[in-house]
Amino acid sequence: MSLDFDQLAVEDVSRHFGRRRALSRVTFRAGRGAILGLLGPNGAGKSTMLAMLATLLKPTTGVIRYGTLDPGSHGPSLRARIGILGHDLFLYPELTARENLVFFAGLYRSADAGRDAAQALERAGLADRSDDPVSSFSRGMRQRVALERALIHQPRLALLDEPFTGLDDASAAALVARLRALRDGGAIVILATHDLDLAEGLLDQVVFLRDGRMVDAVARPEALRSTYRSVMGRQ
Amino acid sequence: MFARAVWLILRKDLTVEVRSGEIAYTTLFFAVSCILMFSFALVREGRGPEDGAAGLLWIAIVFAGTLALGRTFERERQSETLRALLMAPAARPAVYVGKLLGIVALLAGVEIVLVPLVALLFQARGMLDHPFWLAAILVSGTIGFASVGTLFAAMLIRARSRDVLLPVLLYPVIVPVMIAGVRGTAALLQPAVDTAILQFWLALTVTFDVVFVTLALWTFEPVMTD
Repeated sequence: MSLDFDQLAVEDVSRHFGRRRALSRVTFRAGRGAILGLLGPNGAGKSTMLAMLATLLKPTTGVIRYGTLDPGSHGPSLRARIGILGHDLFLYPELTARENLVFFAGLYRSADAGRDAAQALERAGLADRSDDPVSSFSRGMRQRVALERALIHQPRLALLDEPFTGLDDASAAALVARLRALRDGGAIVILATHDLDLAEGLLDQVVFLRDGRMVDAVARPEALRSTYRSVMGRQ
Repeated sequence: MFARAVWLILRKDLTVEVRSGEIAYTTLFFAVSCILMFSFALVREGRGPEDGAAGLLWIAIVFAGTLALGRTFERERQSETLRALLMAPAARPAVYVGKLLGIVALLAGVEIVLVPLVALLFQARGMLDHPFWLAAILVSGTIGFASVGTLFAAMLIRARSRDVLLPVLLYPVIVPVMIAGVRGTAALLQPAVDTAILQFWLALTVTFDVVFVTLALWTFEPVMTD
């Protein structure tokens, strides 16, 4: 059974790795139909935050709630509504693009994995390369397949770590359009990126992280780059 | 969904292996080389040491299996695909069972080559006279080895010295399975096979299998979540 949720709530969440504090007391909320940006320099804790939201890591302290659900008691049902595109692409290079997508569609309980994979390949603009092994693809093409893999089950919560990596201008613009379509379709999109130019005008909320701490949170940010400089420049 | 996820992961592992042949070839080459070297060293005038064939067969299986375990999980680590598997909406032990069956299938292929080779080089044709017993001991022993090995290899996927740690952690735990496997196989080499002894060793390996698989299913999710 797949359970759904309308809101994601991160409440006073910290995560330690041994003595190292990766995240400290982070709190934010995101609702359906919103794109939330996690912005910050390298080592700010963005990927750790995404891993916790994906239920791959448990918070050391604090709570993450998916509506009224918690991952401890609703793990598999909850994961059916979460899609993640990591910094690594989560693709098998020996398999073709179609085999990768059919495999993951099957894992996500697709009734017709072949059809879903074919549609995903069309969206990625890779239908003509669908039977080529992923190892023969360029970084940008792999990124497009990986994005479709993450979204093949139409998740309620989409977690994207640096999704613009390796994409040319046309592909990046297509991704921006895809993210807007996800938002309009009622998804909660959490985006960690360094590409402020592409994120400009796309984000509904921004959470600024630095050294594992939440520095600020801004709704409907304008002039993202200058806001980023101003927030990160604070002591 | 559990069975479907297991099947999908097993089929994916076999497809990747058929396409690359990387683990099958290296594992088989290593195991055959191992048996050949032992035969050159130990066989005199066409005869090997008494019961030695049973021990050498299991040494080759365990060493080749350790190689296969390391490479299987290295493949999942390189593109972080294990994280994608753990994100699937199936119970996380399904990932464990899928990987376990993949390792068992691979080792079964290696054993199909190794058994006739050992029987030929060490004049141990007795083991081929009782194919049911031999298959039962090999399958139960292989499951026992792979059940612990799969759990440990998955746990060590992020450890920097995982290649060193895997055998260090694995071998002490599987000693009982190996003793039962070696003694059960050696019992097949006797002129008059004692089925009571065979049943005893087989029951022992099956008991270990049940204990190890149950413990692994129980611990896989908490171990892999953090």
